[in-house]
Formats: sequence, C-alpha cells, structure tokens
Amino acid sequence: MPKCRRIFSGSVRKRGSDMARMTMIEAIRDALDTAMGADERVVVFGEDVGYFGGVFRCTAGLQKKYGPTRCFDAPINESGIVGAGIGMAAYGLKPVVEIQFADYVYPAYDQIVSEAARLRYRSAGEFTCPMVVRMPTGGGIFGGQTHSQSPEALFTHVTGLKVVVPSNPHDAKGLLMSAIEDPDPVIFLEPKRLYNGPFDGHHDRPVSAWKSHDLGEVPEGHFTIPLGQAITRRPGRAVTVLTYGTMVHVALAAAEETGIDAEVIDLRTLMPLDLEAITASVRKTGRCLVLHEATLTSGFGAELAALVQQECFWTLEAPVRRVAGWDTPYPHVHEWSYFPGPARVGDALRELMEV
Amino acid sequence: MDKNTDDLPPLHLTVPEPEVRPGGQPDFSHVQIPPAGSVRRPPVDADPESMRDLAFSIIRVLNRDGEAVGPWAEGLDLSEDQLRDGLRHMMTLRAYDARMLMAQRQQKTSFYMQHLGEEAVSCAFRKALNPGDMNFPTYRQAGLLIAGDYPLLTMMNQIYSNAHDPLRGRQLPVMYSSKEHGFFTISGNLATQYIQAVGWAMASAISGDRKIAAAWIGDGSTAESDFHAALVFASTYKAPVVLNIVNNQWAISTFQGIARGGSGTFAARGLGFGIPALRVDGNDYLAVLAVGKWAAERARLNLGPTVIEYVTYRVGGHSTSDDPSAYRPAEESNAWPLGDPILRMKNHLIALGIWSEDRHVQAEAQIMAEVTAVQKEAEAVGTLHHGQRPSPSDMFEDVYAEMPPHLQRQRQEAGF
Repeated sequence: MPKCRRIFSGSVRKRGSDMARMTMIEAIRDALDTAMGADERVVVFGEDVGYFGGVFRCTAGLQKKYGPTRCFDAPINESGIVGAGIGMAAYGLKPVVEIQFADYVYPAYDQIVSEAARLRYRSAGEFTCPMVVRMPTGGGIFGGQTHSQSPEALFTHVTGLKVVVPSNPHDAKGLLMSAIEDPDPVIFLEPKRLYNGPFDGHHDRPVSAWKSHDLGEVPEGHFTIPLGQAITRRPGRAVTVLTYGTMVHVALAAAEETGIDAEVIDLRTLMPLDLEAITASVRKTGRCLVLHEATLTSGFGAELAALVQQECFWTLEAPVRRVAGWDTPYPHVHEWSYFPGPARVGDALRELMEV
Repeated sequence: MDKNTDDLPPLHLTVPEPEVRPGGQPDFSHVQIPPAGSVRRPPVDADPESMRDLAFSIIRVLNRDGEAVGPWAEGLDLSEDQLRDGLRHMMTLRAYDARMLMAQRQQKTSFYMQHLGEEAVSCAFRKALNPGDMNFPTYRQAGLLIAGDYPLLTMMNQIYSNAHDPLRGRQLPVMYSSKEHGFFTISGNLATQYIQAVGWAMASAISGDRKIAAAWIGDGSTAESDFHAALVFASTYKAPVVLNIVNNQWAISTFQGIARGGSGTFAARGLGFGIPALRVDGNDYLAVLAVGKWAAERARLNLGPTVIEYVTYRVGGHSTSDDPSAYRPAEESNAWPLGDPILRMKNHLIALGIWSEDRHVQAEAQIMAEVTAVQKEAEAVGTLHHGQRPSPSDMFEDVYAEMPPHLQRQRQEAGF
C-alpha cells in the first residue's frame, strides 16, 4: 500500500482534543510544556533557555512553570550541554537540550557521534540515551555563515541517531513530542525561517504568518506524529519532489508557478526514512527531484538519489535531479543567489519534464 | 610601546621535555613527597579557598614502617577482613592483568591494557562508594569491578569476545560495562565520560535522589575539552560528583608535563573553578580510600564536587600495542618514590600482625590458581578466533531500541 497520506492522516491525537492557532515557536513551546507536565523526568536546558526563555522564545515561561531544576540556563559549552544530557539520560531522565544554532553544534559532535549514538549498542542495551537535541537550522534570514547552516547530513550518516526536520507548527509539536518519548537520541532540526510563518522563497513579497495557514492549527494536549513517516503535501502525477523543512514550501510554490503537477513529499524524518512512501511516489511519477538547503556534495540528497535510482530504476524516465545549496559556505550578501528559491526549483522541474 | 620590538630577542617556543629519556638515569628528586600523616584533614564542609594548600601537597597514610598514621588514617576503622580484602583485590587485579597480557601475546585476544602499579587507585576508591552510585571510568579502572565483586569470568568473556561476552563481541577488550556494579560503559573516546558523570550527578540531584557519581580521567586526557566542560558544569550546579584524575605520569609516550603545562599540579586545576582539590598518594590504599570517602561524603551532603589527583606511576606499557622502552628509561618504575601499592599494603598488614610473608606467598599462589582456573573456564567458551562466538546477526541489534527497516534489509542482505 502506498503511503499517500493527507495532511493530518499521520497524526495520532486524543479524541476530542481542541485545536489552537500557533506559530512554530509556540508549537515547540507547547510540546515542551505538555511533555514536562506529563513526565517529570523531562528536563530542558541550554544557553539562555531558562529565565529568558530562549533567544527564539521556544522555552518561554517553562522555568517559571516548572522551576529552575526542570528548565535552566547552561554555560556556553555545547559539548558540556550534550555530554551532561547524555549522563542525565543514562541516569533515567529525558533531557531535551538546546543548541542555540545548528551552526554551533560542532563542539558537541564528539558527544553526539561517539557517545549518544553508541551508548545502547556498545553497552548491549544496559545504558540508553533517550535525549532530544533541538537546534534551529537553515538559512533565508541573512544569517551569514554561522546562523544559516543545514548540517543534517552530518547526523544522518551516524548510526544510532534519529533525525527530524519539521516544516510547520502542527508537525513540529507532534514530531517533538514523539522525539521526547522516543527511546533513542533524536536530532531535532527546527528551520528558523519557518518559526513565525511559512516561507516559499519569495523574499520580495510580504512574509505570511502561520495564523492564516492550515498547518498553523495544532492540537492541544498530548499529540504525537510517529517518527519515520513522510507525508504528501501536494499529490501529483508528473514528478516527485523529495524535500523537508523550508524547502517544502518552496517546492509547493514552484509547482504552482510552473503548473507542473508535482507530487511534493515532506519527509519529516530523515532517519529512519520512509522509503516506502518515496518509492511509491516515484514509481507513480517516473521522475524525481531531490531538494534541500544544505550544500550539494555528500548532502542527504545524495542518499535519497541513490536510493531512488536503486529502488525505482526501471520506472525512472529521467535522471534523478538534485537542487541544493551551492558547495560554498553560506554567504551573507548573496543570500538569494545561494538559497534554492522557487525560480531555481522551477527551472529544475521544467528540465526534468523535458527529458 | 616605548621600546622598539626590533630591539627584543626573537621569540622561541617552549616544548616541555621529561627529565630523562631512554639510556638516562631515572630521577624523581624533583617530586616533593611529604611524610605520611603530615597533611591536614579539613572538615568536609571546608571552604575551597581555605584548603588551597592540599592541591599542592600529597596526602599519605602509610609510612615506611607500614604504619597508618596521621589525620587521614583516623576514622577509617577498617576491620581485619576489610584490610585483607583490599590487599586481595589488588593482588587479584595484578594476577588478572598478568594472565590477560599473556593471553594477548598468545593471540587469544586482540588487545589488553594492564593496571600495573595503579591497583590501589580503583580498588580502594570502590570501597568509598555505596550501591547505586555510578562510576564513569576510563579503560584503566578495572579494580572498580574486581573490588565490586563483578565476576572475573564475565570480565574474561569480554576480553575474549566469546559467546558469553555480555557486550556480545561488539566492544574492544577492556571496554567493560555493568550498570548493576555502578560501572558506566567505557568509550574509546577520551574524557567524554567526565562530563557525562557530572550530568548523571545533576540528574540524581534533580530527582532528589541520594546517589553520587564518580568521574575518572587520566593525566593526559585532562587536556581534552570535556575536562573543562565537566569542571564548569560541576562547579556551576554543585553536582554531587567526585572528579578523579589518575596522574600516572604518562599518556602513552607523552610525559605529564605536556598536559599539565605550568599549572603546578592537576589537582590545582580544580581551584580555578572553586572546587576543593586534594592530591593523594595513589599507591597508598588507605590514603586513596580516606580521600575517596571524604569526597563522597561531601557530595552526599550536597556540598558539591571534589577534584582528586592520584599521584601514581604507570609501570607497564600503555597497552599491549606499546613499548615504553622507546621513550622512557626501562628502570624508571623502580625509581618511582611511592613504591608498589601491593607491597605497601602487605607491609601494613604484617605491621598490624594480621598477615605474614608466608601467608602472602600462599595467597599469591592461591589467587593465581583461581584466576587461571577462571581463565580456563572462559577459554572453554571461546576466544577471539576459536570456540563459541556471538551470533553475527546480533551485529544489527541495539543500534536503536527497535530495528529500523534499513537495518532489517541490511541484516537480510548479510544473510543473518
């Protein structure tokens, strides 16, 4: 059975729960609030996360509500934040730690790769690491070299990690709550360009807000979206677009503008990957565009392209095409020449259809 | 600037060197060794500021005549059985090391790391902890397991990666793990466990628990960034953790001065973080135990962390892949002024009249016979290349709590 889900079909929530209008920031805060309220083992910490409520407001009010031993500020030491989180997880807590920007996760890379990801395996299940590492990711905000990176491929390559990238408030809450409840370490990348509203790459137009978007409606209370399930954002028959995060919205705009009947799949979880949903779509359309903000070479798109050609070789009518950030550090002034916007994606879609 | 820089002599880089290299005469005359019993014992709630001197001295209990003297000897109150157990644990670790070293030479295992000369540190410290407390050890604290009554047979099964290896052949030899025995899974990546210990201790405090953590690191690894991270976090949150530094003078071929720089002592590093720091004779079982108990009590009373530097000497090679004669004098360990921890404990028990030369020789033979018998039992199960080995299908288990589809496919492809 192909997994062509409609917008809410991947959601699991309590019957009769109410919906509320939220930004992605509010949805993340709500997920943390709900998880902390339900389970006192959930602790939240990171730089500026406590009293101040986070530089993006994702933890606002949590310290006041749950006290300074459940939500607190950390020294500026990413390895320390993740390393302490691993120790807490090994003890039996469920730490949700924050790295202020994904660009600053590298000092913690040893702890994530060598420790969090390996704890269960190397101890044969004696010690586990049910930890979530949240970090704002992605560009499109004039963040320059160190506030714009998309390092997901550095985590998908690590055995033992799960990697999640939501594209809207609804999913952000459902996926974060699943991540917190998950028994394995989860890297949770939050596209900061989407914190306040959807963004389709048209930087010259007024920004829209989540309040006027379907996916700004978020169930209240306990609500999860299973990890490892992609979702179809736009059903189509001409070409499959495999993407996630901010690029979901760019892909939708490009499909609209080119008039190409693209099937846009929001992967949501990169590891484990919903290969079934991917292959079902590509077998139907015969064409595939892989789209991400991260740099091209050895990016996650390479894995997607390889899987598609292996699994769907006999139904492919054109080579798998990748659109990604250029293989350069993320520049400041050249933001819109770098960011894979709807024009570039549109061109790629047209070229794919001409083959 | 009133002086033209052209007038200054050119800069030159300082690269510390050990006093002696192979072929030279070992010389430890620069190591200041205070007499046993001469260092004061502050109350556990002492202000770190008031005990700075202890980071630059060496706490010692056993004197040359094998007597336990001074303030750190008081209150230990060990029974005769506890004293003999201490000696027995150290002798067992040494015998175990000797057998496993030989097993590696016989290619029954790929790798081994011994504790020769450092037996007192982990064997004695283990006795300062309570059940439920958690050690975050390095690869050179197997005494924590032996003194914690972890079965030797299970340790050997791990060394041999055989079918009874609790880690199912996934881990390099000596990287033990036992939650039940308060022994956190060992990682090959140095210093990572130091900050994890602090996080574990913070979790205990967050949960209103009564358990404490003990972090372990060697002299060389204190240069790693996670050492700094651990001290910052431990100090900031007053985590109930004992931060142990085992200074055995050597990090593979690198003498401790490369990691220590000009800071005087490793213990002194705690002072900058406002953490009380003790420096102790690591070859003195009773001193290690006394200091460990002091720090553990401090942690249990929620008074915060303690840094302890154990001054000892790595008598053996770094590992079975190392030849120390390439970088230090072969007879250097004989010149080490703090002696042999087993010999010193033996002399103490003889001085107390509860041990004798004869009993020691007898015990040595008996322990070696026991260890050899267990070794036979382990080898009957299997060794690295022979006998029963873990199933290769297990290779794919425990990467995640549940095996994801791509791993299921790979296991199928591999034919397991």
